[in-house]
Amino acid sequence: MFELFSTMTALLRRDLTLSARLGGGGLLAVIFFIIVVSMVPFGVGPEGALLSKIAAGMIWVGVVLSMLLSLDRLFQADFEDGTLDLLMLSSLPKGALVLVKCTAHWLTTGLPLIVASPILAILLQLPDGLLGPLLVGLLVGTPAMSLIGAIGASLTVGLRRGGLLLSLLVLPLQVPVLIFGVAAAKSEALWSPSHMLLAAVTLMTLVVSPLASGAALKLNMT
Amino acid sequence: MKLIASDITCFRGGRHVLESVSLELASGVASILRGPNGSGKSTLLRVVAGLVDHQEGKLSWLDDEGREIGEDDALHTSLFHYVGHLDAVKPSLTVRENLDFWAGLYGVPGDVETALQTLGLGALAQVPGAFLSAGQKKRLGLAKLCLGTRPLWILDEPSVSLDVEGVALIAGLMKAHCETGGSLLVTTHVDIGLKAEALQSLRLSVQGTLKVEAPENAQKENAQKESNNV
Repeated sequence: MFELFSTMTALLRRDLTLSARLGGGGLLAVIFFIIVVSMVPFGVGPEGALLSKIAAGMIWVGVVLSMLLSLDRLFQADFEDGTLDLLMLSSLPKGALVLVKCTAHWLTTGLPLIVASPILAILLQLPDGLLGPLLVGLLVGTPAMSLIGAIGASLTVGLRRGGLLLSLLVLPLQVPVLIFGVAAAKSEALWSPSHMLLAAVTLMTLVVSPLASGAALKLNMT
Repeated sequence: MKLIASDITCFRGGRHVLESVSLELASGVASILRGPNGSGKSTLLRVVAGLVDHQEGKLSWLDDEGREIGEDDALHTSLFHYVGHLDAVKPSLTVRENLDFWAGLYGVPGDVETALQTLGLGALAQVPGAFLSAGQKKRLGLAKLCLGTRPLWILDEPSVSLDVEGVALIAGLMKAHCETGGSLLVTTHVDIGLKAEALQSLRLSVQGTLKVEAPENAQKENAQKESNNV
């Protein structure tokens, strides 16, 4: 048990280090997120009433797209340089491997997006009472996006231009998260039924994704 | 302890890459795998490592008394080191950080210093992987062999892009491994320097069949080759 834990922390620590290093793309997703959401007022016009109405939805769409940005490298980088062979041959169960990868992805992509979203909420004039519910919803919902993304990333790991296919596979699956997430933000309560549904989606993907992604990784080893 | 592969058949991309391949990797014996390009040498190594699934046949470990010691994957993968074509070096991590990660993965964090010294990477410990030459990267990849003692080494062209000292170094490591009772499955053209009785020659054909040449035959062949050279 202790051995499993120490192998998992070794992998997590390495993934966090890699993302912090030059070329790791640690903050790219946040910058992309800020740019995409900042473009909304240019597109729909600076009218305050309209912006505050669509703010929660735009932030969620921005988060979904930004989370997608770094997903294609989730397993691809390790696959290309042979690290994935080592990971498959280590004592780490495949499910645990996927969980660690998703945790690292969420910590380096999901969490920074959540931290950045209050700034964008001000920019889009999100009504005061909605910021709390929005943040709680993001906190509960973004792990599901990493986990769903891992399924797509593991299925496309051997493909040269897998990134585009990955988006096509993963985006439709993110729709429930988006629906419940926006509903949760508009519920004006910190823990509404929509939050619970969002949590249910996350818990469900927590079970399904390690199994599915682990199997897909095994299938793609050549 | 030895690994026995019996009647392994591997079907990939619409053709038989391996056609009922049987081999025995006994303790103290270096098995040199040869064959033309595209005959499936790397695939055979990956099948033995369990990285590529085979459709028929099985891999089993026997202890010294010839009893089978379990078949589960976790046991299998803990009994060998695999170093393939790709060296798994991360460009943005230093040599030591790369080794630290592998050692953490294998659960032997104490072996990093030995690995650095053995492969002559001590002076490069703080250099990022991106600045290493192909040969230095290969050395770093091979340093994995020093992370924990495991009975079987599976090496795919370990001498590629190494300099003369590097080739001698890896040949020495392979020799020492076999002499201390380890077994070895390797695709290489390098002379390991082992006696003929500790060598097993495996020849893979393009059709995917494997011919195992007993040590005596290999010896005869070598003698013949030498006489031809003269």
